[in-house]
Amino acid sequence: MTIRKTTAMIAAITMLTVGACAKKAPDTLPPAPDGSGTDAGAGTGTGVVPGSQEDFLASVGAMGDRIFFDLDQYNVDAQDQATLQSQAQWLARNPAVRVTLEGHADERGTRDYNIALGERRANAAKNYLASIGVDPSRIDVISYGKERPAALGSTEEAWAQNRRAVTVVIGR
Amino acid sequence: MKRSLATRLTLLATAMGAFAALPAAAQTPPATTGDTPRTAEVVAEVSTERTVIAVPAFATPTVVNVAGLSTGTLGRQIADVIAADLERSGLYAPLGPGSVRAITMGEVRAPQFADWQARNADNVVHGFVQASGTGGLVVGCYLYDTALQTELVRQGYEIQPGDWRRAAHKCADAIYSRLSGESPFFDSRVAYIAESGPKGNRIKRLAIMDSDGGNHRFITNGQALAISPRFSPDYKKIVYVSYLNNRVRVFIYDINAGTQKLVTESGNATFAPRWSPDGRQILYSMAVGGNTDIYRVSADGGTPVRLTSTPGIDVGGSFSPDGKKIVFESDRSGSQQIYTMNIDGSNQQRISFGGGRYATPEWSPRGDLIAFTKMGGGEFRVGVMTPTGGGERLLTNSWQDEAPTWSPNGRVIQFFRTSPGREGKSTLWQVDLTGVNLRRLPTPQDGSDPSWGPILP
Repeated sequence: MTIRKTTAMIAAITMLTVGACAKKAPDTLPPAPDGSGTDAGAGTGTGVVPGSQEDFLASVGAMGDRIFFDLDQYNVDAQDQATLQSQAQWLARNPAVRVTLEGHADERGTRDYNIALGERRANAAKNYLASIGVDPSRIDVISYGKERPAALGSTEEAWAQNRRAVTVVIGR
Repeated sequence: MKRSLATRLTLLATAMGAFAALPAAAQTPPATTGDTPRTAEVVAEVSTERTVIAVPAFATPTVVNVAGLSTGTLGRQIADVIAADLERSGLYAPLGPGSVRAITMGEVRAPQFADWQARNADNVVHGFVQASGTGGLVVGCYLYDTALQTELVRQGYEIQPGDWRRAAHKCADAIYSRLSGESPFFDSRVAYIAESGPKGNRIKRLAIMDSDGGNHRFITNGQALAISPRFSPDYKKIVYVSYLNNRVRVFIYDINAGTQKLVTESGNATFAPRWSPDGRQILYSMAVGGNTDIYRVSADGGTPVRLTSTPGIDVGGSFSPDGKKIVFESDRSGSQQIYTMNIDGSNQQRISFGGGRYATPEWSPRGDLIAFTKMGGGEFRVGVMTPTGGGERLLTNSWQDEAPTWSPNGRVIQFFRTSPGREGKSTLWQVDLTGVNLRRLPTPQDGSDPSWGPILP
């Protein structure tokens, strides 16, 4: 629910900021955020551009830009689906934005196979986003295989963090 | 190379008065028993199982500078390279120019056999370096049996001065082939990926070098991630994968022109490229919507032929030396395994059944074996099996040894070894087909994805 609240606030701020360009500007300002409102600050006083990577990260939350996979697997489980649904909501509010889905594998696979595996994972994420309404033509896919680990150790924990598909905003 | 390097010295001798005038006939070595026993001292410093070969500095009739290189200095350097090649083969215990006396020009064709027997050398290499008169160099290479007092090898090479290392490798190859009965392999080159920077953001550059690490050269500047290079059989081009413009695509890089072109136009990721033995075709893998298959296309472009169609990941591949079959990897069974097929994609057969996962198959240039990476028990190890999957042998034992590539004669395998942890690095190694003589290759930075080319002409 925390995520939902935050995204709602971001949405309001986005409308406010782009209002001048929108065909139907709101008649009144959106309601002020409830609570302290500080966690919605990404779009207010910090200079974050709506539709930007920073805006996206503020919306989906820490690590909300990525989903994780089991060893040699590429299925999108329930937790992944929730993460991708949150991403889809932001994408729906920013329809001009394009993203790249980066697929990654851990270091415990051979190089060529891991590129294929990373591509498979990125496509699994892309396919799920498309299934819930995101236009797939907005999504590019690239596999980095094992070339760009997020966690640098050689432990099960590090490998689990590296078996991932990350959504990155690339602009409009 | 515009000129063939392997010019027989006998031909040169007729054309070159300086060589023909060598006072060889004046030297008649004293008779020896031919089976002088080894001294304990020498046995202690070299393995008794390795043939001892003395490699004194090559002689020069007159020390002159050719293209800024002194023939005197080159005589020493060429002998150093020959001795290092022979040592690296693991079969020989060379006594290099740093540990034996120099020779005169006159000794080149009339060795003082007693001297070399006294050093317990089974064989001795003699040679010379001299200006060719046309701005180049002539290098002579001789191998003698010290006990039999016979000449085993006589070769000469007319070269450009900058190719002096090649003359040394050619000489070492002649010695190695004569003594071992194997095909040569020193005069060959390696393409690989030079690595630097932190583990999470490695800079990976295409680089090339001689088989001993000499003549090292970076090809790409590292701005785009480069992986999985393969030298073309004629060494003029390198096929590899570049992440240029944040896409995964196979390019052919022209070494002399310094330009590159796409192998095939596609919106999809293309990777894992390999040349056919005749250099006319390229095998590559392409991922379409999460499904990777293997394709074959003319190196000059044209319409690709899709060779695999099973769901899942079919990737990599390596041609048999006769160009008739392809060995590749596939996870169609549920895990990575090795398969063979005809080059039209027919008759796909799994050949790996030893348990664990198998990857990166590479067909030996001799055709008799397939090298691979085996994953299991928390380790990656390099091994070999026959083309039908028999006789599996693992050659290395480390945390992560990956991606074997064959020497031109199919006797040595290079691969890269990765160490674990946040500071984990990759380095290049080689091991004999027998699993012994494991050595690290010298590279200026870290290295991965070695690709060993054929013997140079």
